[in-house]
Amino acid sequence: MSLLRAERVSCHFGSLRAVHEMSISIAPGELRALIGANGAGKTTFFNLLSGFLVPTHGRILFDGSEITRVAPHQRVALGIARTFQITEIFPELSLRENLRVPVEVAAGLRLRPWLERRAADAIDAAIAELLALGSLAGRADRLAGELSHGDQRTTEILMALALRPRLLLLDEPTAGMGDQETYEITELIGRLHRERDLAILLVEHDMRVVFRLADRIMVMAEGSLLAEGTPAQIAANENVQAAYLGGVAA
Amino acid sequence: MNDPRRLATLLLIWTALLTMPLWIGAIGGYTELASRVVVMGLAAMGLNFLLGFAGTLSFGHAAYFGIGAYGVGMTLKYIAPSTGLGMLIGVAAGTLAAAVIGALIVRLRGVYFAMVTIAFGQVFYFMAFRWNAVTGGDDGLTDWHRQPLDLGAGVLDIMHSDLAFYYFALAIFAAATAAMALLLRSPFGRTLIAIRENERRARFLGIAVERHLWLAFLISCGFATLAGTLYALLNNFVDPRALRWDMSGNFVMMAVLGGMRSFWGPLVGAAVFVVLQDFVSSRTENWMSIVGLIFVLVVLFFPRGVLGILRRRSVS
Repeated sequence: MSLLRAERVSCHFGSLRAVHEMSISIAPGELRALIGANGAGKTTFFNLLSGFLVPTHGRILFDGSEITRVAPHQRVALGIARTFQITEIFPELSLRENLRVPVEVAAGLRLRPWLERRAADAIDAAIAELLALGSLAGRADRLAGELSHGDQRTTEILMALALRPRLLLLDEPTAGMGDQETYEITELIGRLHRERDLAILLVEHDMRVVFRLADRIMVMAEGSLLAEGTPAQIAANENVQAAYLGGVAA
Repeated sequence: MNDPRRLATLLLIWTALLTMPLWIGAIGGYTELASRVVVMGLAAMGLNFLLGFAGTLSFGHAAYFGIGAYGVGMTLKYIAPSTGLGMLIGVAAGTLAAAVIGALIVRLRGVYFAMVTIAFGQVFYFMAFRWNAVTGGDDGLTDWHRQPLDLGAGVLDIMHSDLAFYYFALAIFAAATAAMALLLRSPFGRTLIAIRENERRARFLGIAVERHLWLAFLISCGFATLAGTLYALLNNFVDPRALRWDMSGNFVMMAVLGGMRSFWGPLVGAAVFVVLQDFVSSRTENWMSIVGLIFVLVVLFFPRGVLGILRRRSVS
C-alpha cells in the first residue's frame, strides 16, 4: 500500500510542459529522492504534490484518498508537510516562536483565543524536544532571521516536523550550505528516516546526500521521468549518466 | 508581564489615561478632548489589529466605525432611550456588515484589498449621505442624546457629566484592549503574526489563511464599530463624515504615527493626531497640511512611529 501516489500527473503552462505524465508511489517509511538538471520540473512536481499548484491532468492520492484539488493547509492536516528551496521561516520571530506556531497547529489549537496551563506546558515540552532534535536549544530565543543559513534550514525542517507529518517533502534542504552544514543536515534527515519511520521525498542536487540517504531515486528530465531505481541501478544507468550524473556517483 | 520595560510602559499609559481629565486642562485641553483621544485610540488600535498584527491594510474601517455610530444614534432616536441597547445594536450591525464584506474580499491582497475596502466604505458613506429620511443625510442624525447608565447599584450620569462619560469610555476601552491583548497572545494571535511574517509558510503550516484573515477583519472591525458607538455618544450627533474614506485614512495615519508594530502605538498616534487637530485647527483652516507634514516626516525618518523612537531611546 502506497502512502502517496501520483498517477500520470501533468502541469502545463500554455505550451510549456513543465511536468508531463509523471507518476510516483511512495511507501510508508520510504526515503525517495528526486533528481534532475535545473529546469527538469522537479520543483513543479513537488509543488503539485504539496498543493501549491493544481495539476492540468492526472490525480494524486494520499493514504488512498484523492487529494488532487485539496488545499495546502488541508494536506497538512492529512499528514503532508514540506520545506522550500529558498528558506521560508518567520525571520522576525524568535526560533522558539517559529516552532510554537506549527506545534500549536498540530495540537489543533490554532483558533484558540487562550491556552490553559496544561496545554501551554505540553506545547513548551514539544518545542524543547524539537530544539534538542535540531541541536538548537542554545539559540532558541534568537531571531530566526539572525541565525546562520544552516540553522535556518534546520529550523524549517523542524517546523515541518512539528506538524507530525507522515510524509515530509524536502526541497533541496542542503542548498547553499558548506560541507559541515550539509553533513549535519544529512545526519538529521537520516535520523528522522530511521528513528521516526517517516516517509520522505527529497529533491536534491548534491549527489553525495542523495546516494547516502535514498532508498530509491527518480530522475526527471524535461518534465518527464527518465529513470527510477535503487541508487546502484541509477548510478549504472547510462541514460542518466549521459543526461545528468556525468559519473559523479559512479 | 516579566519584562520590566513592558510593565513600566503599561503603568505610564494607564496612569496617564486614568488621570487625563486632571491634567489635560493644564495643556490647553478639556475633558471632551480626552474622551476623543480614548475613542480614536480604540478605533486606531482596532484597525491595527488587522494592519500591524495580520499585515493587512484596510482603508475602509470608517464604514464600520460609522455603522456603529449610526447604530447607537438611530436606536436612541427611533427605538429606545437606552445607551446600552444602542451600543449593542451598533456593534452588532457593524460586525455583521464586516462579516459579510470580509467574506467577499478576504482573498484579495495588498493594494487590491485596500482599494476594495475603500470602495465598500464609500458605499456606506453614500447610503448615509442620501438616505435623508432615516440618517438625516448631510445634516447628520440629530435630536437624540446619550442616556444615563443604570448599573444596578447606581446610575452613572453620562448624559450630563463629561467626566462620567470619559470614565465610561475609558472602561470600555480597557475591556476592549484587554480582549485585544489576550487574543494577540493566544495561538490565534500567533497565527495572524505568522501570516503577516510569511503567508506562504503559514499556509504550508496548515493555517487556513483566508479564514484567519476573515476572523481578524471581523474582530478588527468589531473594535472599530465599538469605537464608533462611543464617538456618536461623545458628540450626541453623527453625520456621514464618520464613514467617509478620509476618516479611514485618519485611522491609518494614527496607527502609523504611533507605530503599527507596537500594541500601544496607535493610541499614542491617536493622541498626537487628535491633540494636533484640536490645537492647529483652532489657528488655521489648513490644519491638515500641518498634520500631513508631520505624518510624512515620521514615515520618512521614524518608520516605526513615535513609540518606536521612544523604545529605541530607552534601549540605547
